[in-house]
Amino acid sequence: MKRILVSIKRVVDYNVRVRVKPDGSGVITDGVKMSINPFDEIALEEALRIKEKGLAEEVVVATIGPADCQQQLRTALAMGADRALHVLTDAAIEPPVAAKLLRKLVDKEQPILAILGKQAIDDDCSQTGQMLAALWGRPQATFASKVEINGDKASVTREVDAGLETLEVDLPAVITTDLRLNEPRYVKLPDIMKAKKKPLETLEAASLGVPLQSALQLLKFEAPAARSRGVMVKDAQELVDALKKKGLL
Amino acid sequence: MSKILIVAEHDGAKLNPATAKCVSCAKAIADAEIVVAVFAADGAAVAAQAAAVSGVTRVLQVDHPANAHALAATLAPQVAQLAPGYSHVFGPSTTFGKDLMPRVAALLDTPQLSDVMAAESATRFRRPMYAGNAIVTVEVAAGTQLVATVRTASFEAAPAAAAAAPIEAVAVTAELPTHTRFVSVSGARSDRPDLQTAARVVSGGRALGSADNFKILYDLADTLGAAVGASRAAVDAGYAPNDLQVGQTGKIIAPELYLAFGISGAIQHLTGIKDARTIVAVNKDSEAPIFEIADIGLVGDLFQIVPEIARLVSSGK
Ligand SMILES: Cc1cc2nc3c(=O)[nH]c(=O)nc-3n(C[C@H](O)[C@H](O)[C@H](O)COP(=O)(O)OP(=O)(O)OC[C@H]3O[C@@H](n4cnc5c(N)ncnc54)[C@H](O)[C@@H]3O)c2cc1C
Repeated sequence: MKRILVSIKRVVDYNVRVRVKPDGSGVITDGVKMSINPFDEIALEEALRIKEKGLAEEVVVATIGPADCQQQLRTALAMGADRALHVLTDAAIEPPVAAKLLRKLVDKEQPILAILGKQAIDDDCSQTGQMLAALWGRPQATFASKVEINGDKASVTREVDAGLETLEVDLPAVITTDLRLNEPRYVKLPDIMKAKKKPLETLEAASLGVPLQSALQLLKFEAPAARSRGVMVKDAQELVDALKKKGLL
Repeated sequence: MSKILIVAEHDGAKLNPATAKCVSCAKAIADAEIVVAVFAADGAAVAAQAAAVSGVTRVLQVDHPANAHALAATLAPQVAQLAPGYSHVFGPSTTFGKDLMPRVAALLDTPQLSDVMAAESATRFRRPMYAGNAIVTVEVAAGTQLVATVRTASFEAAPAAAAAAPIEAVAVTAELPTHTRFVSVSGARSDRPDLQTAARVVSGGRALGSADNFKILYDLADTLGAAVGASRAAVDAGYAPNDLQVGQTGKIIAPELYLAFGISGAIQHLTGIKDARTIVAVNKDSEAPIFEIADIGLVGDLFQIVPEIARLVSSGK
């Protein structure tokens, strides 16, 4: 079966103004709204569109994390994913470990495509997709803004510093999504009801044979150096004068 | 002692300034031996430029026809081939480095630090998380090989060296895949300064309303010798090309002067400009969050103010 694997991450919602805990041990997440990482929503949307074009038969969504992540998997099922895999763990998972766990899921599911977000907006690492592609020994097309499937190949346009780059990759391949790839659909109420009946399989992370500990130790979190509010000027002339005074013109 | 391998970024002819910034980051680690690797079809010119960067002890020139275009899948096995014996492998936190370095880290089975903003020692680094709302100090166990991308906005480019470092040719022995093929790249190559290295940036948001209206910003930029940037909303709406996007998921920049016109100041945008020396904001809404971080703010209509600034500057008033 032609299958697409999409991985999603539960993160602090992008609208939340994240604050560092006073003791520097992390950021405040108690009572904070959690959502699917926005880039992962785009990844799921793209998988659904590929399936709706008849170019894939099944979309499987996966996440790694604690029990609460089921909420995000249910949302993904309501968006249209056919089934969900929950790799259950309370451990803090760094990208190399996530990539190894996803590699196990790739073995199990044999997808033609794995689509991931280009970065998670919590750790902002931008690593997991590329690492999965390396471990799988398959192509990667990162920061995608356009994907076309042509038989056993895909043509992917990427947002790069110089503009737009197009690659051709053999399938199976890993794609990571940029913002302009698509606009994810809204979930409708009947879909939420239907999603409750869709299969959600839980796998204990520890049972997958991947060491979960991280090689990195996060010693302390600090708030960034604040920029202070400056002066207000009343017109263009004053603005130009202020810039001259600072030696900037 | 640390031995640091830096993967050079270039376009086949010119070394990207991001590489000299990686060298600065590496120089912050005491007693580091710094080696730059240039992967190209014919890397002689770029290798010579890399050898002229102060702090570089050696340049490895890896020529191969498959390196005509920088493809992560092709380059990663070559970097992995060179990596044994190095304590750190660095690349810039540009789309080139972000694409390549994690693939290298996975082949080497090492951890990666993304967007390093400070190296406190060979094992201790600082990096931003949560769109720059948290700065984390990270420690890696001594003896662990580390891959990292360097946040270029946090470092000045290392200056030119008094004497050039030696250049050594290295042959590719790694097996290179053929499953990933370059097709094309399109980007408006302009005569304007590059957004990532420009001293001045003129940036516009959703308020511009059309690609046509964006021209007033290009005119001002030309008057100031500035690069042009944009918010995500302006790029999404098609007013500006994607490579102009500034912010958490676009370019992180550190110009001397950043002028924001009709940009509200969403956290994702501010992340990209926090290191600018002076931020100027023009917005018709006096409550816009951008004013909380602007050094100079002006409440008003950009369509009137932008041409006026251009006129005042060009008439020397
Ligand atoms: C995952 C994710 C990643 C993101 N990454 C980025 C990123 O990298 N970069 C980025 O920029 N955004 C990013 N965003 C989007 C960000 O949240 C904001 O939506 C975006 O920055 C808003 O752009 P804007 O300021 O141009 O538009 P708006 O917020 O709509 O602001 C327009 C402003 O123009 C002012 N205005 C209107 N008319 C005039 C006039 N005539 N004269 C003067 N002022 C006027 C208004 O008062 C308003 O303040 C991201 C969002 C998400 C969810």
